[in-house]
Amino acid sequence: MPKETPLIEKHRELGARLVEFAGWLMPIQYSGLVDEHGTVRSAVGLFDVSHMGEVWFRGARGIAAANRLVTNDLTTLEPGNCLYTPMCNERGGIVDDFLAYRVGEDMLFVVNASNTDKDYEWIVSHCDKDVQIENLSGETVELALQGPKTEEVLTRVGLSKLVPLGHNKHETFSLHSIEVMASRTGYTGEDGFEFYYRRNGSEKIWDALMEAGRPSGIKPIGLGARDTLRFEMGYCLYGNDIDDDTTPLEAGLGWTVKLDREDFIGRDALLKQKATGIKKKLVGLEVLENAIPRKGFPIAMDDREIGIVTSGTFSPTLRKGLAMGYVPPENATLGTEVSIVVRGKGLKARVTKLPFYKCGSRK
Amino acid sequence: MVPENLKYTDQHEWVRVEGDTATVGITDYAQHELGDIVYVELPLAGTDVTARKAFGVVEAVKTVSDLFAPVSGQVLAVNETLGTDASIVNKSPYREGWMIKIKMSNQSDLEHLFSPEEYKRLIGEQ
Repeated sequence: MPKETPLIEKHRELGARLVEFAGWLMPIQYSGLVDEHGTVRSAVGLFDVSHMGEVWFRGARGIAAANRLVTNDLTTLEPGNCLYTPMCNERGGIVDDFLAYRVGEDMLFVVNASNTDKDYEWIVSHCDKDVQIENLSGETVELALQGPKTEEVLTRVGLSKLVPLGHNKHETFSLHSIEVMASRTGYTGEDGFEFYYRRNGSEKIWDALMEAGRPSGIKPIGLGARDTLRFEMGYCLYGNDIDDDTTPLEAGLGWTVKLDREDFIGRDALLKQKATGIKKKLVGLEVLENAIPRKGFPIAMDDREIGIVTSGTFSPTLRKGLAMGYVPPENATLGTEVSIVVRGKGLKARVTKLPFYKCGSRK
Repeated sequence: MVPENLKYTDQHEWVRVEGDTATVGITDYAQHELGDIVYVELPLAGTDVTARKAFGVVEAVKTVSDLFAPVSGQVLAVNETLGTDASIVNKSPYREGWMIKIKMSNQSDLEHLFSPEEYKRLIGEQ
């Protein structure tokens, strides 16, 4: 039996196509992927992402323990801030990637739905017994409001105090007697907030945001568009572009790896890889012919297979086939021409800069 | 929508038979399931196709779906307009969205196709 978000009836009322994803019954689309994608880029959309996981580390012991698990430096995180980090295994491979929030005296990891159980097991087995760790995934609702019209929606719903909040900062507010943590974060490349609150059977927050968003043309957005939106930004998707055999250095996430600090899991392996060099590099690929690259399609050069597509689709905004994939570093220079093998035929493609979409309203 | 004058496959293709020519496309049910169609890959005229084997591909933003030949024969014509605007398949699956015309090599292939009633039952439309 898949898990259900507290808003499942709302999604049914809205005519959502519901599909099982990561053990949850989730809305994949409502009005249609292309329509929803376009709405987030030009107006504003509301996502139910309650399937995401929330793992808390309590107190100073918790924060110190959390800091040993990730590659980024959590000691620099003041309350009211969050940052993006991978969590690596001893080989430097990525166990998961997520936002880490400093909330008062605690640390919160908001992990991928598909990895919640795996991450919790990993965390518990790699922390001392006296560290207080809580998995509140089943009790936390998460909504995402994303789009250039985000600020006018917040003002209309009485949350104008959130408007000046900077990117990666968070604040708590109360709406309809519900305490909500709001962060200026998102997975779309547009301006927006993610909202977290305790599951209480209430649809009031969703309803309030949808009502306030009506004059701005707000629509509910499903997981289908969530993926095409993040893809246009070149954001990694765990299970596609990154997994436990990929290091952050290979995935273009070197900026999240702070090697000059106290030890964390994977530090030795990453130091070694930094010294000897990476063998594969994540690049963006622009298709030059009429076809669509997909995950798993080989990348070739001079009839030799040199890499693989990890995410590929037809970009609704740019209206062309695009891919993210791995190639050897020597073939990763911008403009390098490669072939993507589509059903036995080589399709001309070219290494291009990420993000594919450069006009996002993200603050 | 399941027109009465067509035959169907269990892979959601429709067939219009005129003499020994079969015109093929995908049904309204299929285009709705796929969502916004952005790409159709069709064989060249002159290609041989075999009943129940894939002859091409129809793609939505996030899905790739094989197209299966309902009958065997040779491709007589291909709808080139779909190369410029694949969404025609969503807007007009039974008319402007036709995909290929096949010169049938074996009339008895038609016996394996579904009637409109059988297809309606398949898609749960009694």
